[in-house]
This record gives sequence, structure tokens and C-alpha cells, in this order.
Amino acid sequence: MTFFLQCVLSGISAGAVYGLAALGFVLIYKTTGILNLAQGSLIMLGGYLFSSLALLAGLPIWLAILLSLLIMGALGYCVERFPLRPMLGQPHLAIIMVTLALAIFFNAIVTSVWGEYAVMPTPYFLPSEAIKIGTVVVTSNLFWSFIIAGAIVGAFVLFFQFSRLGLNMRATAEGHQIVRSMGISVSAIIAVTWAAASIIGTSGGILTGQIRGIDYGLADYGLKAIGGAILGGLDSIHGAIIGCLIVGVLETLAGGYIGHGIKNVFPYIILVIAIVIKPYGLFGLERIERV
Amino acid sequence: MALPCGTYNTRYEQAFAIFRTKTHWAMLVGLLVLLAMLPFVLNSYSLTVINMMLIMIIAVQGLNIVTGYCGQIHFGQAAFMAVGAYSSALLMNHFGLSFWLCLPLAGIITALVGILFGLPSVRVKGIYLALVTLAAQFIIIYVIETPLQWLTGGQWAMDTPAPQLWGFVFNTQLELFYLIAAVTVLMTFIAKNLARTRVGRNFVAVRDNDIAAEVMGINIMRTKVLAFAIASFYAGVAGSLWAHYTQAFTTTDFSLMQSIWFVGMLIVGGMGTIVGPILGTMFITLLDQLVLLFTPTMAATLPVLTVAQISSIAMFAFALVIIVFLVWEPRGLAHRWEIFKTSYRLWPFAY
Repeated sequence: MTFFLQCVLSGISAGAVYGLAALGFVLIYKTTGILNLAQGSLIMLGGYLFSSLALLAGLPIWLAILLSLLIMGALGYCVERFPLRPMLGQPHLAIIMVTLALAIFFNAIVTSVWGEYAVMPTPYFLPSEAIKIGTVVVTSNLFWSFIIAGAIVGAFVLFFQFSRLGLNMRATAEGHQIVRSMGISVSAIIAVTWAAASIIGTSGGILTGQIRGIDYGLADYGLKAIGGAILGGLDSIHGAIIGCLIVGVLETLAGGYIGHGIKNVFPYIILVIAIVIKPYGLFGLERIERV
Repeated sequence: MALPCGTYNTRYEQAFAIFRTKTHWAMLVGLLVLLAMLPFVLNSYSLTVINMMLIMIIAVQGLNIVTGYCGQIHFGQAAFMAVGAYSSALLMNHFGLSFWLCLPLAGIITALVGILFGLPSVRVKGIYLALVTLAAQFIIIYVIETPLQWLTGGQWAMDTPAPQLWGFVFNTQLELFYLIAAVTVLMTFIAKNLARTRVGRNFVAVRDNDIAAEVMGINIMRTKVLAFAIASFYAGVAGSLWAHYTQAFTTTDFSLMQSIWFVGMLIVGGMGTIVGPILGTMFITLLDQLVLLFTPTMAATLPVLTVAQISSIAMFAFALVIIVFLVWEPRGLAHRWEIFKTSYRLWPFAY
């Protein structure tokens, strides 16, 4: 029982961090209908940038986090501006392939800047001593990353619900035509969305680094969040968070009871099951197609 | 298809013919002779590259059937190739089957796995289906590596004997070249004919508008699953060849990256054409080899660059080529080839 609870607790915090990566998928999908498969690599790049700023440039942690978030936000903006804007209105395959090409591009940046195996020590800033909750022992970095991830998601939801820009983003998600007629620049909103998705993803990458270290596998780790996003519904923000929490818990349980290796594919197994049983996810909007 | 000037179809057989005129037949024979002569002009390294390229052409032809003709995005072709490679190797090692049985059996086993992962197309389409194939890539490799470790040896290399025919062992690159080239030509021929049959036309109908296709009485689900099965059959054959060609392979040969390369080759070549996969695979292989060729020169002239930076040039180049093709020539090299053929036929007139 203790082991079970321990798995559940660490799964919840893993899921919360997935949630940040999944928010990136959902935001971009909602506003533009693009599935950004470069999200994982973007997260990895953000993680590497943060460690380099903190360790190689010797900046204080808070400044390194701030700078890496800003740089990655700018990069997200550029990604939308240059390769993706000419692709608007193209078939799905073309757009997905562009994001995959971008993923390869970011991976190549990481290997060319940080070396072939991309070895980089991680600057840990969260405390890592053990905390006891009843009989269950959890390391405190899991606990804190859960709190921080929750705070980021909360702040983002508040921004999305109550700020002017958030309102514009939600309106753009509803439909481009109406938004244009209201005098809102759709392309500007989409660019801002990409920047926001990149920033949120990077914060997820930095937090993941606190749990498992920053390495080349972070890209695959970030891509796994797609499982949670699909389970919750690709166009639902709260769905993605809940889906990721479920995926995080199930993944950790499977890893604990079946074997460590299954952790890397378990989100994909959930993804396939979710797509077969409930294609639009738990909270997604069901699309009805007409000729 | 535009016919050469002065050629008219007077019988139905003539309208069906792939090779219509004497010039067509002469060019076909010329191409096959050229292909057969290829090993005598190339050194052994180039022959190795050509062999791998021919195997990849089979896999990309399969991908072309499901993505190019049927319009379903597929990100797991390399994993299906792994299924073919492992089943072929296991059939030969454990049951002592001959290569000539292993090759089609590997294709059939892979086709069954393909049907399994094609089944979600009952419920979903578009990017959701693409995600299923992405998941298939990870799940298949995991299943091969971990639950089936007792059978496949997990991450260790799998030893496979060389193919044999009546006691003749295909062991050198030269002998393997003829084997692989023959299979590739056969599979390309089958793909070309498949595209012209009822099944192939169903694929195109489903790709162009699935709802309209269903209204016209095409069973979409069966068509899509069939497309996945055929694509996987091609992957299985390619995997089997890969297994017996390399004679020792691991799951790292069939990574997600390899799957993405296959899709990239298809896009560069041109989807929905038979010549596309061939041109695309040639183009990407050539690009890869060019980067390799210039690596020592680059390392000598620009000593600032580290080894890792030079080795990631291939990745940069691949990513850029994909984006450039998608933005400026989404119909790929095959479209350019068509334009060339038309203007060649009509020369010196413009139309």
C-alpha cells in the first residue's frame, strides 16, 4: 500500500509537469489547428539553455530561468513567423512534417552546441531531501515541482480567462473570421500563442530537469505529454491537465509494478486506447463533419 | 497519360499498357541493363550505399501507398520494418525456413501487425490517426525490446544468416545487390499496378474526399485498413531484406528518426506517384552521402567546428530540405520529372 501511494504521489507530480508540456500542445492546437510535434525538442532546448545560462554563464538561478524563458519565447515567435506562417491552409501532413523538421532542427542545434551526447550537468535549485507524509516518503523536489507546476498552470488559466490578450486568444480559438472582423490581428495572436506555448513548455522542461536531470532524452519525455493531451481532449485546457495527471499516475504505477522500461511507452499505450474509445478525449469538443 | 505524338490507342489492351510504345520498351530494357551493370562501375562502398538505398525504396514505396495514395499520415514505417526484420530472422534461426519463405512470411506477419494498428481508423482520421502510428512506432520497438526480450535478445544485435538459393549463398555486396535489386524492381512493379486497380482507385478516392468516397459505396474502413496492411507488407519485405543484408541488426536501425526520414523521402520525391519514392530516396541518400563526403574537408578547413557540430550538419540539411520542399515544391521531384517529360515530348513546341 505504501508503495502504491508513493507511486501515486510521484505520478501526480510527474503528471503536473507533463501538464505544462501538454498545455503547449493544446494552446497551439486550439488557436491554429496545428499539432506541434516539435514541442518535445523545444522543451529540451529550453532545458539546455537554462543549464548553460546557470552553470556556464554563471548567472543566478532566477535570472537564468527568466532569460531562458524569454529567449525560448522569442524562438517560439520566430518558429511561427518563418517556417509555419507560409504553411497556413496547407494539408495536415505538410504542417506536421514542418514541425517534425523543426524538431530535427532543434535536436541538431542541441548536438552541435552541447556535443554529441549532449552531456550537461543540471543546476538543481529545488531541495531534494525526503519528506514524510504518513508512511509515504516523497522527495521534496517532486513536491515542489508539483506546487510550481500548479502555480504556473493556475497563473496561465487566470491570464487566459481574465486578461485582454487571453480573451483575444480564446476568441481566435473559436474562429478566425469573426475575430478578424472585430479588429483583432489573427496572425499576431497566433504568434503570441506560439511564444506562450514555448514559454510554458520551457518552464516544464526546467522543472522536469529538476526531477530527472537535463539530457538528450528530454525531447522524448516532452513528446510523451501528447498522451495526456489526447486523453483529456486536444482542444481542452483543463482536459489536458487532468489527462496528464491521469497519465502521470498510471505511468508511474505501470513503471513500479511492471517494469521501468514501460514508463517510456505507457503514455502512447494510453493514447491508442483513448483514441479508440474516446477519440476527442474526456473533455474535448466533438467535431461533427459535414460535406 | 499523355501519349507521344502520333500514337493512338485503338484497343483496350493498349490503353492499359504501362509500356506503350517501342521507345518505352527500349528505355525499360536500357534501364534494367544499366541497373545490372551498376556494380561493375561502382566501388564496394558505393555499392553498400546503393544496396541500403534499394531496401529503403521498398519501405518508402509502402509508405507511399498508405500516405501518398490513401492519404493517411504514417509515422511508424521503420517500426514495421523492424517487425519484418525480426520475424524473418526468427523464422530462419528457429524454424530453419529458407529465405524465400521468410521474405513473404515476414511481409505477411508485418501486414497483420499493420492491420492491428490500422484498426483505429474505424473511429478516427487525420492527425489522430497519425498519432496512432506515432504511438505504434514507440510501442512496437518497446515490445520487441522488453516483453519479447527472451526471443529477440532485446537491445543486443540479432544475428541472421545470409540468404541462400539452391545452395548458392548471397554473401558479397555484389551478390546481394542483384537479390535486392530484383526484389525492389518486383515490388515497384506491384505498387505501380496496384495503383491502377480498383483498390488503388479506392485509395485515391478516400484520400481526396473520404465522405464523398463513402457516399459512392467505398467501404472506407476496409480501404484504410487494407492500405495499412499493404504498406506494412512492404515494410516487412524491406525489413526482411535489411535483416539478411546486414546479417546483424538492432532496434536502433528502426528508430523514430528513421520513420521520419522515410516520410521526408516521400515528401521530397512526391506523394502519390511511383517514381516519387525512388527519386526521393535517391535524393536524400545522395544528400546524406555528400555531407559525409565533405565532412573531412570541412573539418580540415574549419577547425573551429567540433566533431559533433559536423555530424549534426546532416540533420540540419535534412530539416532544411524538408521545409524547403514543403514550402516551395510540395508535389516533390516527381512533379518536376513530369514537367520535364511533357516538355521533352513536345519539344520544340511549347504545348
